Amino acid sequence: MSDFARIIKKRKREDFIFNIIGIICTLIGIVTLGALIVDLVMDGLPRLNWQFLTSYPSRFADKAGILSAWVGTLLIMMVTTVIAVPLGVAAGIYLEEYARRNWLTNLIEINIANLAGVPSIIYGLMALGLLVYQLNLGQSVLTGGLTLSFLILPIVIVATREALRTIPQGIREAALALGSTNWQVVRYHLLPYSTGGILTGVIIALSRAIGETAPLVTIGALTFIAFLPPSPIQSEPPYISFDWLWSPFSVLPIQMFNWVSRPDREFAVNAAGAGLALITVTLALNAAAIYLRYRMRKRITW
Amino acid sequence: MRKFWSFIVYSCLLVCLMGCGGNQNQLSEVKLIKVDGSSTLFPVTEAVAEEFQRQKQGKIRVTVGISGTGGGFKKFIRGEIDIANASRPILKEEMEQARANGIEYIELPVAFDALTVVVNKENNWVDWLSVEELKKVWEPEAQEKIIKWNQIRPEFPDEKIALFGAGADSGTFDYFTDAIVGKPKASRGDYTASEDDNVLVQGVEGNKYALGYIPFAYYEPHKDRMKAVPIKWDKNKVKEPVEPSLENVLKGIYNPLSRPLFIYVNKKSLETKPEVREFVEFYLKNASKLTREVKYLPLPDSAYELCLQRLQKMQAGTAFGGIPEVGLSVEEIMNREPKS
Repeated sequence: MSDFARIIKKRKREDFIFNIIGIICTLIGIVTLGALIVDLVMDGLPRLNWQFLTSYPSRFADKAGILSAWVGTLLIMMVTTVIAVPLGVAAGIYLEEYARRNWLTNLIEINIANLAGVPSIIYGLMALGLLVYQLNLGQSVLTGGLTLSFLILPIVIVATREALRTIPQGIREAALALGSTNWQVVRYHLLPYSTGGILTGVIIALSRAIGETAPLVTIGALTFIAFLPPSPIQSEPPYISFDWLWSPFSVLPIQMFNWVSRPDREFAVNAAGAGLALITVTLALNAAAIYLRYRMRKRITW
Repeated sequence: MRKFWSFIVYSCLLVCLMGCGGNQNQLSEVKLIKVDGSSTLFPVTEAVAEEFQRQKQGKIRVTVGISGTGGGFKKFIRGEIDIANASRPILKEEMEQARANGIEYIELPVAFDALTVVVNKENNWVDWLSVEELKKVWEPEAQEKIIKWNQIRPEFPDEKIALFGAGADSGTFDYFTDAIVGKPKASRGDYTASEDDNVLVQGVEGNKYALGYIPFAYYEPHKDRMKAVPIKWDKNKVKEPVEPSLENVLKGIYNPLSRPLFIYVNKKSLETKPEVREFVEFYLKNASKLTREVKYLPLPDSAYELCLQRLQKMQAGTAFGGIPEVGLSVEEIMNREPKS
């Protein structure tokens, strides 16, 4: 009997040790992130004021701001969303619900998984060759948005497929048994149920894209730009203009990188401020993703 | 669900309107000057662009990028930009491509960059170093051989040297290796290398036995925490060691570690776009003041005069013939007849 007790004790001890190791591993990640954010907030928060958000870059650290950078980031993200989401969701639905399983779809699937792992600078080089030089789109907001949408397309596709896979097969079969076409199944049953999952994937993809610097530097994003793209709403007919798509731009990470590498240490504070703005947007996007998933899940009643 | 999607779309639109609301100018009506190239020269050009736009009250717009000298020349040769920032003269291949594309350019030195050899504040044994001694330390053959201070000069301490230098992608690296070792990009590899000069600054400040090189603009704000080493060069006009300072650079005696920085202006832009000419003139007239403001080294005033003259006469071409040279004064550069 004492043997038995000893073995139990040993197992319990092993369990305890693993528990401790687990806690330490978790803490390393959390503490690092926490320290990073605290450091950034301490350096950057005093700098993050209205003046900072509404000023153009300047040679004086205290007069410089991130206006052109955050507007650029915003426009790029808009173009990216408008392009990547419909394409990615449609491709995901096709692969999951329509495509027959054969060597071709297998090949496509493997390639999508591979594309998700391609370093972002490669997308930048591709965009430089194809979009800037071949299609002559120039170093514009449109080029930047397209580049980033290529970058996140595989993530959106994979997220869409994952979301569709979680829907029980019975739903599809029931709808089909009632005479629905495949499209009706997708439109009225699958899409509503998977929206939460798809949105989460999209937002996570966007929060990856928002921090990208390398591909945008490659296609020629600017560092000093003291004007905004033209407004999409005009005072005279036709009222709506898409000129902003062709405008040169800068984005937050590039502005930040430039400030970090300046000799004058005062710019480091600006960099921290810009970093804080960027992290705030990213965290807000992630929070939105969590909230949306929660809301969508609650509405599902199958 | 439809409601939800339209909410997303509308909020995107709304945010976009807020972002661009203040701006009513049509892109096509506003004159645009495009500058790209060296990140070393960026702070100077940025300052000029900022002042210029303020003076023009937004009627003329200037954009400045940092693709690096090589990247800037590539765009310049394709005719995509009006002005290229450069931390070295245009190279032979670039000249040939420009000729093939029918791009003519005017070469104008606008500021100085001085590399500074630095040691720790507590270093009390180094009072100067010669180019030969630096070469002994930094040449590729020194790798894993020259590791102690007393190998540079016997009276130096028997301690390991902690080396800090520029990363291989930076123009600083090209220039230092060219000036000291005699061949661009020829350097030992076993040192702490960084493209971010602030990393090097911290390294040298934190290590008593450190030896490193950084651009002068990075040394200046940290003056009281590190020591700059005077440099002795046999081919120099002055035989004594010369320390890096504004006066010495202006006198043209801080050699071989000072170099001019250039802008290359597309001749066609100058002829067809009056705003480019206006910008370049503004650049040359205000460069002296603005370079000082961003803590860079200006050229002597006479050099800016010569630049303006060259601009007036529209003398296209380069004074270097595609081969970078070390230790030239601005006067020498400006007195040469540029060739394309």
